[in-house]
Amino acid sequence: MATVETRGVKKIFGDVVAVNGVDLLTRDGEFLVLLGPSGCGKSTLLRMIAGFEQPTEGELLIGGTVVNDLPPRARKIAMVFQSYALYPHMTVYKNIAFPLKAQGIARALIPQKVEWAASLFGIGHLLERKPRELSGGERQRVALARALVREPAVFLLDEPLSNLDAQLRASARDELQQFQRRIGTTTIYVTHDQVEAMGLGDRIVVMKSGVVRQIGTPQDIYDEPADTFVAGFVGSPPMNLVRHRDYILGFRPEDFHPKNTVSGSAKAPTFKFNVTRVEYLGADRLIYGTLIGDFSDQKVIARLPATVTVVIEPGTAYDFTVPENEVRFFDISTELRIRHRPI
Amino acid sequence: MKSPVSIAPATQRSRLHPKSRFSVVDQERWLGPLLIGPAVLYIFLLVGVPFVMALYYSVSNTTMGGGTMGFVGLRNFTNVIGTPKFQTALKNTITFGLISQVLILLLSNALALSLQANFPGKRLIRFLILLPWVAPISIGTIAWLWIFDSTYSVLNWMLRLAGLIQGQGYMWLGLPHLAMGSIIAVHIWRQLPLATVILLAGYGSIPQDIHDAAAVDGAGFWRHFFQVTLPLILPISLVALLFGLIFTFTDIVIIYNLTRGGPFDTTQVLASLAFYTGIAGGDLAEGAAIALFLFPLLLAVALGFLVIAHRTEVT
Amino acid sequence: MVERIKIWGARSTRIGILGGLTVFFAFPFVWMLITAFKRTADLYDLKHNPFLFYELPTLEHIERLFYETLYGQWLLNTAFVGVLVVLITLALAVPAGYALARLTGNWGAKLGIGIFLTYLVPPTLLFIPLSRVVVNLHLDDSLWSLVLVYPSFTVPFSAWLMMGFFKAIPKDVEEAAMIDGCSRLGAFIKVVVPISLSGILTVAIFSFTLVMQEFVYAVTFISSVRNLTVGVGVPTFLVHGDVYFWGSLMAGCFIASVPVAILYNFFVDRFIAGFTMGAIK
Repeated sequence: MATVETRGVKKIFGDVVAVNGVDLLTRDGEFLVLLGPSGCGKSTLLRMIAGFEQPTEGELLIGGTVVNDLPPRARKIAMVFQSYALYPHMTVYKNIAFPLKAQGIARALIPQKVEWAASLFGIGHLLERKPRELSGGERQRVALARALVREPAVFLLDEPLSNLDAQLRASARDELQQFQRRIGTTTIYVTHDQVEAMGLGDRIVVMKSGVVRQIGTPQDIYDEPADTFVAGFVGSPPMNLVRHRDYILGFRPEDFHPKNTVSGSAKAPTFKFNVTRVEYLGADRLIYGTLIGDFSDQKVIARLPATVTVVIEPGTAYDFTVPENEVRFFDISTELRIRHRPI
Repeated sequence: MKSPVSIAPATQRSRLHPKSRFSVVDQERWLGPLLIGPAVLYIFLLVGVPFVMALYYSVSNTTMGGGTMGFVGLRNFTNVIGTPKFQTALKNTITFGLISQVLILLLSNALALSLQANFPGKRLIRFLILLPWVAPISIGTIAWLWIFDSTYSVLNWMLRLAGLIQGQGYMWLGLPHLAMGSIIAVHIWRQLPLATVILLAGYGSIPQDIHDAAAVDGAGFWRHFFQVTLPLILPISLVALLFGLIFTFTDIVIIYNLTRGGPFDTTQVLASLAFYTGIAGGDLAEGAAIALFLFPLLLAVALGFLVIAHRTEVT
Repeated sequence: MVERIKIWGARSTRIGILGGLTVFFAFPFVWMLITAFKRTADLYDLKHNPFLFYELPTLEHIERLFYETLYGQWLLNTAFVGVLVVLITLALAVPAGYALARLTGNWGAKLGIGIFLTYLVPPTLLFIPLSRVVVNLHLDDSLWSLVLVYPSFTVPFSAWLMMGFFKAIPKDVEEAAMIDGCSRLGAFIKVVVPISLSGILTVAIFSFTLVMQEFVYAVTFISSVRNLTVGVGVPTFLVHGDVYFWGSLMAGCFIASVPVAILYNFFVDRFIAGFTMGAIK
């Protein structure tokens, strides 16, 4: 079983606690995403799994074996770096062959393995080029081929798509996911981009300040966020969070509609919404404004699909509503999810 | 990415390498000292130990011939401080150092600024500018010895041609003040290239955006230079200045080859005086004592720079 | 109109400074070259224009230099010492530079500054005790004394430069090598060193020029003419008492300086890059 497990892993740099007690267990063959803002500890955690940092406390296990004392080369892992880290002085062929040579694979076997890995990513025609002669997308494929060629037990990827331009990123994401499904190797992927995370992950680990806030499928994270941080981090635009009496109300912009467009909304809560700005995004409209009345001037956003054609003018107040079962409640001090409350 | 994939079965894939535990070459704790150890040891043996020895000599009565190595306290220092030779040397060390560095600072900035624009032949000019620094010090100095020669000086010939002087011309190395000026000139000739190149690197490291912003904000030439460019190259200028001062304060070669400290010891500096006393004169102890006077001077300079450098966030 | 004058004024100032200083720098070398080829009678005639050749240029000074003095031997000596010292320097400074750039935390920065501060202890202080040490080791008057002592000033600066070059290499290429199966040391040897080859070459050339420059130790430790390096031999032994054979002297100077300068010129950019990286980073 090539699973990765962390038990109570902590990492402290001087005064800074980068990772503060993380317990994780991947499933064999899953695509696990570590998601969080910069400084949340996701990269540090990945580097500990890779072996570049030693945990201050806790144990790391790969395939059931404790690997704390093993150097990176002995952990049967492969890693793709944000900058791809291709060896600039070697051809693509030599780049891909390097791990095989370094691990002592028989000379005779190397060419066929390199060609196999190269053909998987369609870079067979680039084998004699040097990295500086390749485009961003080609470099990424070389990095992946180099990672794959050793048939590792675990793939680690550190924001490998952030150096590609937006156009390329979407197609690269697609290819990456298909590829991982096909080879079925356990993969841990670090990113700060929640769209990437939602699109790629079987499960997502949301982290902040060195601590795991929630682990779950994209659906879990989105629909049932464990705290206000997760609620605000995932989703674009983020979930609206308004303070009300002694708790926090949360609702997604796409659930926030003008009352007169929602049927059977008599029972649903009414919000008086003063619109300040409307953005036309083609498929949607984003309505920016503040809530008046009970909710004392808190800023919220509504997302109306183009199919909802009701006129919304800036500077006017409207009655908006949210379906009752889409409202989430959070404790005001701990920010954790609590049970349904009357509004 | 459309062809089918064949990967080895899961059991083979997940078996970890049986060998390769952490060995010494992995432990960064050990590797660092291991790699840097030889260099540190070498420096310690060839710089640290002799330095301590020099300290000892200065308070002993060691001579070149070997002889006794008795402790004599601060006698060497007190003997030497009062002598006019020493005081001239001390004065010269400081004057040569300061004057040459100030001029180098001004000229290197002027030169580096002039080199900012691109123009044809820039590479050739850069090569010519580097020549004084790459040529061995003694070699360059000998060339100047020939230029300053009392009879055949080409410099005098040119000045005569320009009508600026009559007759024989100046004895560049024969009169105390002219000799000092000549020495300072050769110091500048030697160090200006390096200072300029270092400054050029500093100028080059300022992003063009900042210059553009200043232009948009309406800064004139001098304001632009003093308030935008200068503060940004300050760290690197300080490094260049530090090197320059150390070199000027400790240089023997130029004086040895140009004036031998003459005429009549008027152009001696501490370093050359130490040499003549210790090696030529055989009195190692007194030579060491003189040389040691340099050390506090240099230490003060270096510490001063480290403090300023720290403030301007260099190292 | 005012703008035009300003630009014209700025430009002529610039040309003036550039031109004037370039002439200042290059003049001695031009003069070296001319003197080397002028016949003695022509050279020492005060009525002649020093820049014109009144008689045909001659090779006699150069011949004299190589056949009647030990100049050729000095060049060989310098090359011998230079090559050995460069090898020793690289062996010590390259690993040290790597350790300073990657493998040390706090104490590394301090050690780096400490190494650099050894430059504050100049040869003009150390040559006195070192001369005794050299005598005791029976290395006096031998080129080996120089081979032994020179690394003490080439190594600190070279380590500093190498540190700068290594810092410029992104860490993740080394980490990729470690994932791929190398140890830290292996990654250093197989990946980092090949990538920084031009930096290493720069340091080698720089150390060599430092060796060529050195005067104090050479003049202190070496006494017999056969064993001199070119930097010491030319100023001291090409002078017979009060008689300076300027023609040969200038030829000797030119040969000892310009070729190395040309070589050095190719590497100066990298040198400055390493220098600033170490200082500013």
